[in-house]
Amino acid sequence: MRTLLAIGTGKGLFLARDDDRGSWEVTGPHFPMTGIYAVAIDARRGTPRLFAGITSSHFGPSIAISDDLGASWREPQQAPVAFPERTGRALERVWQIEPGPAEQPERVYVGSQPAALFVSDDGGETFRMVESLWDHPHREHWGAGFGGQAIHTVLPHPADPDSLLVAMSTGGVYRSLDGGATWSASNTGIKAYFLPDPWPEYGQCVHKVARDAADPDRLYAQNHFGVYRSDNGGESWQSIADGLPSDFGFPIVAHSGRPGVIYNFPLQADGERFPPGKRCAVYRSVDAGKSWEALTAGLPTEAFYPSVLRDAMCARAGGPGGVYFGSRSGEVYGSHDDGDSWFPIATHLPDVLTLRAVQL
Amino acid sequence: MSRATVILPGVLRGEADGASRLDVPAGGTLGAILDEVGERWPRLERRIRDERGELRRYVNVYVNGEECRSLSGQSTTVPAGAEIQVLPSVAGG
Repeated sequence: MRTLLAIGTGKGLFLARDDDRGSWEVTGPHFPMTGIYAVAIDARRGTPRLFAGITSSHFGPSIAISDDLGASWREPQQAPVAFPERTGRALERVWQIEPGPAEQPERVYVGSQPAALFVSDDGGETFRMVESLWDHPHREHWGAGFGGQAIHTVLPHPADPDSLLVAMSTGGVYRSLDGGATWSASNTGIKAYFLPDPWPEYGQCVHKVARDAADPDRLYAQNHFGVYRSDNGGESWQSIADGLPSDFGFPIVAHSGRPGVIYNFPLQADGERFPPGKRCAVYRSVDAGKSWEALTAGLPTEAFYPSVLRDAMCARAGGPGGVYFGSRSGEVYGSHDDGDSWFPIATHLPDVLTLRAVQL
Repeated sequence: MSRATVILPGVLRGEADGASRLDVPAGGTLGAILDEVGERWPRLERRIRDERGELRRYVNVYVNGEECRSLSGQSTTVPAGAEIQVLPSVAGG
């Protein structure tokens, strides 16, 4: 079983591949000195299509595509993602690139900063803005987290093309059940401790949302304090933070094959963004959040200070059992036994911003 | 027709088929010249300006040695024989 792991960092894209003996070859950086805040692997094609969301401090954002697993990249002449003139805004960063459901093989979504959703129906070559979400009356009230005002999560429903969920920090979760024609805030049960009313309709600081491997109506959310599960497609949420050493953190990931199996990487608090006990530990639940266990085998044993950012943990598509994470200190670890044990893949990279993996 | 020259930094020459200097019409505004550049090399132009047509914050464009923001921005008139130098600013870490 071979794996391709795309590693987006603050200074370029690295690609890691393992061989049958478990050793990894890391190549790159592709697009050196650019921030790669989003990567995607569209495994619906015979040869998976790779996407890289590139942000140059000087020359702005763009998206590049590879159809040969990263050997070569191309970027269209015209900007693939651009805000319509009427918005008066310009694309600042691509935060998420998400292939659509199998039923729509050419559909690809982009979540952007400023907070907007874009959709492509030509495999990701060109995108158009979803006007209905941009025109949502809540938009002017969405705040900007420390990372900016952005849609960082896009979750198409795997079996219902009309159902789509997006999430943003200091905005919360929004759902459409009619193919993107209308959108509703979907934050019931998620606390916003930092607002005068801690249970508002919207404005929650949702850091990441993941969808269960087997039940598409089961969702998991890592909040800015708070870890939640929804059993009804996001209509309402309940806490699953009991059993965690802290309910603060950024990523949450669902296993690619086993129902109810999820992972996160807790930090002590927003004012103390170190792992609890300064211990490098991934936490796993195998019962949809009822209980949690620390996974540390193979991870550093000395004091560990870095964060794992919201998109810097992933499960391997097409190959159950693969889980990966990268730190702001440029270390990347993987597990091929559901997290029971971990091995290093790369060290001393720039800060890791995003990861995606696929079985080749 | 009078002409001017756009001088590209090395990092952008790949977007103009490797050219370091572009021959463009003079006499109009800097914005019109960048429009012309965009017609021929769209990807080069969007490295310099965003989709609103605004110069990117960390890209500086000099007209005969004067940064255009200290002149009239993209409304700056570009005289015949002028050199328009595009340079990334010193930024980043």
